[in-house]
Amino acid sequence: MKSFTYERVDSAAAATAAFTRTPGARFIAGGTNLLDLMKLEIETPSHLIDVSRLALDKIEATAEGGLRIGAMVRNTDLASDARVRRDYGLLTRALVAGASGQLRNKATTAGNLLQRTRCPYFYDTNQPCNKRKPGSGCAAIGGFNRLHAVVGASDACIATHPSDMAVAMRALDAAIETVDAAGKARAIPIADFYRAPGKTPHLETVLAPGELITAVTLPKPVGGTHIYHKVRDRASYAFALISVGAIVQRDGTGRVALGGVGYKPWRVEAAEAALPRGAKPVADGLLAGARTTHENAYKLPLVERTLAGVLAQAKG
Amino acid sequence: MKFDTPATTNPIDQMKIVGKPTNRIEGPLKTTGTAPYAYERHDVAANQAYGYVVGSAIAKGRIASMNLDEARAAPGVIAIVTADNAGKLAKGNFNTAKLLGGPDIEHYHQAIALVVADSFEQARAAASLVRVEYTRGKGAYDLAAAIDTAIKPKASFGTEPDTAVGNFAAAFAAAPVQLDARYTTPDHSHAMMEPHATIAAWEGDKLTVWTSNQMIAWSVGDMAKTLGIPKENIRFDSPYIGGGFGGKLFNRADVLLAALGAKASKRPVKVALPRPLMINNTTHRPATIQRVRLGATADGKLTAIGHESWSGDLPGGGPETAVAQTRLLYAGENRMTAMRLAVLDLPEGNAMRAPGEAPGLMALEIAVDELAEKVGMDPVALRVLNDTQVDPEKPSRPFSQRQLNKCLETGAEKFGWSKRAKPGATRDGRWLVGMGVAAAFRNNLNGPSAARVRLAKSGVVTVETDMTDIGTGTYTIIAQTAAEMMGVPLDKVVVKLGDSSFPVSAGSGGQWGANSSTAGVYAACVKLREAVVQKLGLASDAVFADGKVKAGRRSVALGDAAADGELVAEDNMEYGDLAEKFQQSTFGAHFVEAGVDAMTGEIRVRRMLAVCAAGRILNPKAARSQVIGAMTMGAGAALMEELAVDKRFGFFVNHDLAGYEVPVHADIPHQDVIFLDEADPTTSPMKAKGVGELGICGVAAAVANAIYNATGVRVRNYPITLDKLLGKLPDMV
Repeated sequence: MKSFTYERVDSAAAATAAFTRTPGARFIAGGTNLLDLMKLEIETPSHLIDVSRLALDKIEATAEGGLRIGAMVRNTDLASDARVRRDYGLLTRALVAGASGQLRNKATTAGNLLQRTRCPYFYDTNQPCNKRKPGSGCAAIGGFNRLHAVVGASDACIATHPSDMAVAMRALDAAIETVDAAGKARAIPIADFYRAPGKTPHLETVLAPGELITAVTLPKPVGGTHIYHKVRDRASYAFALISVGAIVQRDGTGRVALGGVGYKPWRVEAAEAALPRGAKPVADGLLAGARTTHENAYKLPLVERTLAGVLAQAKG
Repeated sequence: MKFDTPATTNPIDQMKIVGKPTNRIEGPLKTTGTAPYAYERHDVAANQAYGYVVGSAIAKGRIASMNLDEARAAPGVIAIVTADNAGKLAKGNFNTAKLLGGPDIEHYHQAIALVVADSFEQARAAASLVRVEYTRGKGAYDLAAAIDTAIKPKASFGTEPDTAVGNFAAAFAAAPVQLDARYTTPDHSHAMMEPHATIAAWEGDKLTVWTSNQMIAWSVGDMAKTLGIPKENIRFDSPYIGGGFGGKLFNRADVLLAALGAKASKRPVKVALPRPLMINNTTHRPATIQRVRLGATADGKLTAIGHESWSGDLPGGGPETAVAQTRLLYAGENRMTAMRLAVLDLPEGNAMRAPGEAPGLMALEIAVDELAEKVGMDPVALRVLNDTQVDPEKPSRPFSQRQLNKCLETGAEKFGWSKRAKPGATRDGRWLVGMGVAAAFRNNLNGPSAARVRLAKSGVVTVETDMTDIGTGTYTIIAQTAAEMMGVPLDKVVVKLGDSSFPVSAGSGGQWGANSSTAGVYAACVKLREAVVQKLGLASDAVFADGKVKAGRRSVALGDAAADGELVAEDNMEYGDLAEKFQQSTFGAHFVEAGVDAMTGEIRVRRMLAVCAAGRILNPKAARSQVIGAMTMGAGAALMEELAVDKRFGFFVNHDLAGYEVPVHADIPHQDVIFLDEADPTTSPMKAKGVGELGICGVAAAVANAIYNATGVRVRNYPITLDKLLGKLPDMV
């Protein structure tokens, strides 16, 4: 770990101002991912701005009938909120499928969205990795990549986004509210939040330097049956091989988002029209243009079969 | 004491304390966090500095240059140890690769430097400033590609590479039912909870290490050899060990580098191997490729048994002895086994819990299941039919005790085996459900083991031996042994372990620790009893019970024998040739019910049962803990554990506990263990055998067979992950 300086701020404005003062700074909240990355010198910020005490830890109703979830709301608190459990069950189910109780007690809503890939080559600083060290190459391509992306990847990077929560957020059409260094606020639909790896896999989101997430908003509830099926080799405490988050209405229409298949929670709205016709056409639409490796081709039939199981479960 | 004739009745047979399910005597220290593990021994030496290990970034080649300037100038840095400045170092007898590499690199993450600083953070930060340029060499990393170059290895630990009886080829060719299949097991990591860790301090030319080590005397000897100093000048202290599984049988880089760091910095130095470094820096269970050929009559009698295994290791290393159990497990007149060893430049392969048998049974016991299906027989019945009560390769040697059939039959009854349906026929909602069985087999090994016992005026008996407790319950069974022998309650016994200044024990490994070390304590207690009766002037047939010594009408408090000074006795248990005359082995049967999600192929164990026949069980509670832990490890081997080899760069890619998955609680819903009532008089006066490794033997095959029974899909390559089932599962509903 490189030496760094640290300050704690008490407002979003103070946080962005601190960032402007100290180039090379990173915001830290729960620290469940960033600290690990710092110990391994995958992240080497010169300065940490602790935003964990900002008064952004409330879940409030919005005028539109939805919820505004403060950036600092802990994963545990979000998952157990009565309104979330009642109206956004997919979100609760995705959250509790992730990490462990201890980690969820620390991890924040904003931090969960911004966690970095668990590609083992990204984690080993002796290995080439375009995401960690731009231009150094990708060791996962041609290497151990059973866990890697099948859609949206590039010749520079085949890493997946590890979040379960983000999959639910994507299916729920969440928006990410931010404030930038100039004090300007904006709301970014989660569909537009993550950047495709292309030739620059080290750039992962559309956030500008110093732009701080303040909240995530959910539109008003859409009803339906909410199912999150996370598929993994062991029963708990593992990242998804793939996951399926679905909201299915009585008439068979609905929404589907996938985890563990790409650099972002993967949803193709156009494919959802086929939901009443079953899993295959939806999976075909979701995975159109998929590119698999020698080790991860199983993810394509796995998505289809898992979705079929989810749809069967939704029918009851 | 020499044990060379089968045991007769002795004080242990009273079983007043031995054989009772006893809580661990050191348990409260562990549950309250006050048992001091190696890295936490802040009190043993003042002014401890911190060492951080730099591991090689390449698997094979040379260090072209190493620049220490930046690291040396970093805050807090006291010293940097490298092969360049460490002086002459020999290689330990138990090490294949050097513990401090350079300029030649033998494997990935081989230690090449230790940075010592005032704080851990300073040492770690400076370690990343060590600038190394490498010249990559060409290495071999792919076992499947290397097996054509594999050679017949030398015999290791008395295990010959090849055996043959009768005419296997002819019998197999003539057999009405034949099974010929190839199986693979991957590299496994010990993944014990406590990483390797050591604090080292020098006083003049004398070295003390506080460490985490299973085999104290081996490791003292190896450290003496490596450093080129007399072993009398080295003291090891390892009272608490957070798991080893064979990964701590030998010195690893932490011990050597702490000693060298302490010398260079003239301060005590502590070194722990960080988890992401451990997996490639230390040892692992090597991957195997195995071919099993079984020939049988139409009614299931085995006539030909062939088992071949290929594994790899660094030059000078040894094979994974995966065919060992096949020489002893089933009857059959014509047999052959062979092991071949390829050179691989992956990290060093070595012992991990039940080396040989664990991966060997993963293959053999699937093969037996496959044969049973070909014959059309129940796999329990097929195993029972092919039982042998003698060493099949040397029929003049009987097994000392062998109740494999009773394990199988008892387990079948308790588990509800008769409800097992044909493959793919049982559904529970979306789950396909199946049952599997496998035999468990692991040899019993005994080793010389010494102990010293002290009797105080208070009547307290103190046992001292360099035996280790690696989480197995050794403290407790030694206390039970001494209490039974001396006729005192458990709370009148103090047990001190893991210190090389104590008499040399058998140590912990190969499931030999429990029987061997308690036998050593037995021997010392026999001597102490003799000293007591002599001191008290009692007849030699005096009875030790209730804290008293009784002979005729006299009854004297035990402590009175030490009224004018502590009584001390020491002895070493040594063994004659009973293990040659009798084949001493441990047996078991594993039953597993597994569910497979018909849609996703996810596999979950639903319940497990082990029935074990392993001699006298000294402490059923501790033994049960050993077996359920081993069953858990076996489930891991079946379903998830695999060190992923990068065949281009030559290293294990998933080198932390996020990437190397072991079972979590949710994976292990229900376990039962039954111990058959046994006492084996040929093993020692304790009449006990090992059980800690038996528990893992066969588990993975039982899981594999349950998956087959659930789905009708046979997977012969471990771990059995859903991607290996997916294309073969029934069509979607």
